[in-house]
Amino acid sequence: MSKSDLEKRTVMSPDGEPIEINPLQDYFCDARPKVHEPVLPIFEKFLNWARSESLWVLGFGTGCGAIEMRPLMTPRFDAYRFGIQWRPTPRQSSVFIISGYLSVKTLKRVIRSYEQMQNPKFVIALGSCTINGGMYWDSYNTIKRLDHYLPVDVYIAGCMPRPEAILAGFEKLKELIRQGKGEGANLYAKNFDWYKANQKKIIKDWDIPDYNW
Amino acid sequence: MNTLLDNIKTVFPNAEVWTQRKGLYHMSIPKEQLVTLVTHLKEVEGYLHLVQLTAVDWIEKNQFQLTYILNNPNKRIDIMVKTFIPRDNPTMETIHHLWEQAATYQRELREMFGIDFPGSPRVDKPFILEGWDNIPPYRRDFDTKKYAEETYFPRPGRETHDPKEYMKKKLYPDEI
Repeated sequence: MSKSDLEKRTVMSPDGEPIEINPLQDYFCDARPKVHEPVLPIFEKFLNWARSESLWVLGFGTGCGAIEMRPLMTPRFDAYRFGIQWRPTPRQSSVFIISGYLSVKTLKRVIRSYEQMQNPKFVIALGSCTINGGMYWDSYNTIKRLDHYLPVDVYIAGCMPRPEAILAGFEKLKELIRQGKGEGANLYAKNFDWYKANQKKIIKDWDIPDYNW
Repeated sequence: MNTLLDNIKTVFPNAEVWTQRKGLYHMSIPKEQLVTLVTHLKEVEGYLHLVQLTAVDWIEKNQFQLTYILNNPNKRIDIMVKTFIPRDNPTMETIHHLWEQAATYQRELREMFGIDFPGSPRVDKPFILEGWDNIPPYRRDFDTKKYAEETYFPRPGRETHDPKEYMKKKLYPDEI
């Protein structure tokens, strides 16, 4: 999709009637995210247990760490036995693995994918690049701290972490979800203005809606 | 192989030619004749493969060096053709009519060094840096570290507890 596709314009319908379309309004919902309070604590506890046992990962490799996810899927490490599976679209997944360094261009796509994921959603950040920039600490185009742009649930240190470490990270994430601490989406909704200000500070040509899903 | 270098010297008297080792030759030529030389190498001498097009920032001489690396797949010979262009308002002729892939290199040079190639396809579209508003980042007067620290929220270093200082503070608080 190019930028001109997002502009307001008039098109002709097959019947020959002109229709005004505004893709930013028609295709995206730009309402602010809302904080979801638990309905009933004991019911929420059961839901959290169910969520922790069925983690659907978005197959979006942002950096070199994506290479560690292939052995994780395949029979040697076989993450599927822990109830973890990879999904092709953000709308079907609940876990976003940021695998390694993030350039500004990728961050824009990551934010869009993250906002399209449904609540509750969790973020696992792999490698030292997401923690403090890692070996790209003085790079002109790589972000340094992921938690300024997205709420991060679990950091896995290493350059790159081995699949065993990622499995341990998944176990940690399950523990957090069961304790009711996987509140990333609510945190994002609560501090929405702060996250948006940080994102807009580095993404100079901001041409997407503020919140799109 | 000396026949090649002799030929080039005869056809292009302005070109400087030297040998680095067997199978790797250098040529330096003024900016205006570069496209003619590259076309001659491709069409007449059989240097069909453009390996790379890159730039070097000689900030002391106020020049950019453009290097075109060509390869002859039959004779297995590389030639590095160099030219210098002024650093202020740098412009160069495009070679995308010889190799289509040169357009990508030229787009990258436009973004990273600010060298313009008029007529090259999509040369003004952002390549990696979307919405970049600073001086091009590969120029040597661009301070990468300073820019990164100002823009990307660097994480402060961890707290250190030097044992010597710590014990000093604990045992002799009056002396500090």
